[in-house]
Amino acid sequence: MAIHITLNGKPHAVERRMDILSLLETLKVGPASVVVERNRNILHRDMFGSIVLKDGDELELIRFVGGG
Amino acid sequence: MKNLTATQKIRYSRNILVPEIGMTGQQKLLKGRVLVVGAGGLGSPALLYLVCAGVGTIGIVDGDRVELSNLQRQILHTSEDLDDLKTHSAQDKLHRLNPDVSIELYNKPFTAKNGRKLVSGYDFVIEATDNFKAKFLVNDICIQSKVPFCHAGILGMFGQVMTIVPGQGACYRCVFGNIPEPDQVSSTDQVGVLGVVAGTLGTIQAAEAVKFLIGRGKLLLGRLLTFDALNLIFREIELPSPCCEVCRAAKLIQ
Repeated sequence: MAIHITLNGKPHAVERRMDILSLLETLKVGPASVVVERNRNILHRDMFGSIVLKDGDELELIRFVGGG
Repeated sequence: MKNLTATQKIRYSRNILVPEIGMTGQQKLLKGRVLVVGAGGLGSPALLYLVCAGVGTIGIVDGDRVELSNLQRQILHTSEDLDDLKTHSAQDKLHRLNPDVSIELYNKPFTAKNGRKLVSGYDFVIEATDNFKAKFLVNDICIQSKVPFCHAGILGMFGQVMTIVPGQGACYRCVFGNIPEPDQVSSTDQVGVLGVVAGTLGTIQAAEAVKFLIGRGKLLLGRLLTFDALNLIFREIELPSPCCEVCRAAKLIQ
């Protein structure tokens, strides 16, 4: 059954049960290139592989932007 | 507070007419002290607007010289300034724009050694640096010294900005943790940056400094504003409460 989350403010459906690391993989986003905020908590990078997405999760992938 | 001179009343008339500023707000701006770290893409528009607005004292920290590849976005500097110190080039333009403003130059990079001394004595800091090391350093020193500041970062056609009043919402480190590995993230040397992105974000930083000084409005606290110039979308990301070791060490976490 699909899991419905909000990804960067937009509805997003994933087709199967998956963790944050797998989601980033499907999105082709390097896990070290973003900060992941889930339901207003910043997730520790080491936990990406063990946190499984749930229906209704609000996820923000925050980019590192170093220019000035 | 000091009364405005007749010339100042004319120069700042369009500020004073704004109900949220008024004569009192203008007096606060004239008394205000803002430190701008970096006189490049973000620092240029921020400095120009702060000086126009009549912020009384402005410090500029930058140890670099003007390079040809800077001029596509760093609007404070011109072709005539090539190889000059950015601080001197900035002072020259800013003084001509508004001789009312006292400009303090620090012709050196912002470091762990000099940072504390640099931010002390200023009401607000604008973090307009161009690298992660400096961004984290400005954050940590402002948190430790309890000096409010506004962070911005730009890359390509994208930018982000957040204001930090120590203890009131997440700081830069609460969100970004640690300096990323260079091979994991892009830099402006690799993917460039559009001048108007620097202009937009640097201008927002100046607006935050002005709001802080006059004590009006809602600052960008606990919120990260992102700007996607390509699709013209501004988005706000709500951030967690202070949660990093620097906020904890500064006793900003209960």
